[in-house]
Amino acid sequence: MQLLETILIALRSLTGNRMRSALTMLGVVIGVAAVIAMIAIGQGANKQVTSSIQGLGTNLLMVSPGQAMQGGVRQGAGSLTTLTVDDANAIKEQVAGVSGVAAEVSTDANVVFANMNTGTSIIGTVPEYASVRNSNVAWGRFITEEEVRDSSMVAVVGSEVLTNLGAQGNILGNRILVNRIPFTVIGTLQSKGSSGPFSQDDQIIIPISTAMSRLTGSKSVRTINIAVKSEADMDQVSASVTDLLRTRHRLAQNADDDFTIRNQAEIMNTLSSITGVFTILLGGIASISLLVGGIGIMNIMLVSVTERTKEIGILKALGAKRHQILNQFMIESMALSGLGGIIGVVIGIAGSYIMQQVFQFQTVVAVSSVMLAFSFSLLVGIFFGVYPALKASRLHPIEALRFE
Amino acid sequence: MISLENIGKTYSTGKVSVEALRGVSLTIKERDMIAIMGPSGSGKSTLMNIIGCLDVPTSGSYRINGTEVATLTEDELAEVRSKNIGFVFQNFNLLPKLTALQNVELPMLLAGVNRAKRTKRAVELLTIVGLGDRLDHRPYELSGGQQQRVAIARALANKPHTILADEPTGALDSRSGEEIMEVFNHLNKEGLTIVLITHEGYIAEYANRVIHIKDGQIEHIEQLQHKHRHVIEKER
Ligand SMILES: Nc1ncnc2c1ncn2[C@@H]1O[C@H](COP(=O)(O)OP(=O)(O)OP(=O)(O)O)[C@@H](O)[C@H]1O
Ligand SMILES: [Mg+2]
Repeated sequence: MQLLETILIALRSLTGNRMRSALTMLGVVIGVAAVIAMIAIGQGANKQVTSSIQGLGTNLLMVSPGQAMQGGVRQGAGSLTTLTVDDANAIKEQVAGVSGVAAEVSTDANVVFANMNTGTSIIGTVPEYASVRNSNVAWGRFITEEEVRDSSMVAVVGSEVLTNLGAQGNILGNRILVNRIPFTVIGTLQSKGSSGPFSQDDQIIIPISTAMSRLTGSKSVRTINIAVKSEADMDQVSASVTDLLRTRHRLAQNADDDFTIRNQAEIMNTLSSITGVFTILLGGIASISLLVGGIGIMNIMLVSVTERTKEIGILKALGAKRHQILNQFMIESMALSGLGGIIGVVIGIAGSYIMQQVFQFQTVVAVSSVMLAFSFSLLVGIFFGVYPALKASRLHPIEALRFE
Repeated sequence: MISLENIGKTYSTGKVSVEALRGVSLTIKERDMIAIMGPSGSGKSTLMNIIGCLDVPTSGSYRINGTEVATLTEDELAEVRSKNIGFVFQNFNLLPKLTALQNVELPMLLAGVNRAKRTKRAVELLTIVGLGDRLDHRPYELSGGQQQRVAIARALANKPHTILADEPTGALDSRSGEEIMEVFNHLNKEGLTIVLITHEGYIAEYANRVIHIKDGQIEHIEQLQHKHRHVIEKER
């Protein structure tokens, strides 16, 4: 029997029982749509996390004072005062493979412009910070070497601070008060589009010398940002920096480091593996509903085989071979799951898009997840269709003919 | 040629076993037309199902044109049914959702005949049985006699050499019954072997031989020299 005709006969039998076919398909539709939407949410979260980190630059090493972990307890950042501007200069001069170094101090401050005020972080740093941290100027310019040397009272304002102060490019050349100290705004920063704990838009950049003398009142550096030329050299540069700082800090052979180096690439990998697990978990839960849909197909196919026992007997008397009966029922269950799968794909994609529009969380519908969900639905159709189809094909012709 | 030698068939359901056939030996030559008669439960249908390869005997030897049926696999039996045998049932057994034409096409579809050939032959056959104007009717739109003629057309689809009919007139009135028998008679003259089961004497008289069965055994075989004797009897 030609395949095409078998398919036509199968479809005819499915359309003969429209309501039942539709309800059976619904299980698969929901399953496939859920798998696609859940994976889209997981991958959206992944993308959000990685793009926030990529905003910092993945070739970035960040050195901070103190041990990250001591006896399982994280030490407060800047709780130790072991890093200095000289350390930063030494790294720049002595470590190979480094493309830029920017020491950074920071403090929280209250900022006033005209009649608006807001709280933000003040970053004291050097001109190289712009290239090392991918911070681009939107209007005006970044701080210069001269301004660092002269401890000038100048500030570059982040985009979120601008919004909070109700200001635009018109703020350029104007004065703002940082903890009541007047600064002249020389530039604004482009938004990095990230928000939440990773936000780099809610900050004001001033010369490091100014920050130390007027705001933090200390010579210690909170972070040394190191841009590595090639991402492949991250580990090697990290090791060199460790050696250099240990020597400079005169640490004994068996002493712990008095600083911590964080590797952006590593952080990103860790976070994306977390969101990866999250994605698998969501997809896995959704797959269960697809499996349940498959059981629905098996249930209906079994009912259908019983109902059509007589028909099967007649077909056998007319010379139908086992595989012809088997194919007929397999095609029916695959048509149910395949069609359900297609509708599920459409609903899954539309649902992901709507979630992004309505709930504002990023979703990413990957072609691979669509393929996966669809082929899984077909597989479910095959798997749960086999038993009823085998049952039909193995019926004894006489017993089937006698069935009423 | 069909030959049965000492055929036995035992049905065992749980502890009880029924001997439906006990040592039946029978030879059916080509172009023969035989009727099987006997009381209810005597094993007529069982015998016919074995002849039609729908069932296999529990003992004895059954050969079709020299091939021992017991050695065939299920698919090979299906092949024999498809190519060599046409079935006609008491309750027609047409597929209710298909039209007369589609019902007749079905055995050809299963045998892999292409659409054009299939439709052409189905139309021819339905015309032969006098239903050329009922091609697109569904079974419930046809009378019993008409349905049985569709079933006969279907049985002829793959040009079998033997037609097996289990009480083909059992569900029909005597008028339609005779019409159906005329069709069988015609087919027999065209060269087909016909085996039919009946309870009615006047139907059996269309046959060359009548096999009388009782308790799963052949009681006697009656040779009929003059066909259509029933016409005379009926007019009496
Ligand atoms: N599948 C079966 N399982 C058990 N016993 C069966 C089965 N089929 C038939 N029999 C038994 O075999 C015997 C012969 O049955 P069969 O159907 O051949 O009779 P029959 O001569 O065709 O009767 P009828 O004229 O009523 O159709 C009966 O006693 C019946 O009960
Ligand atoms: Mg019977």
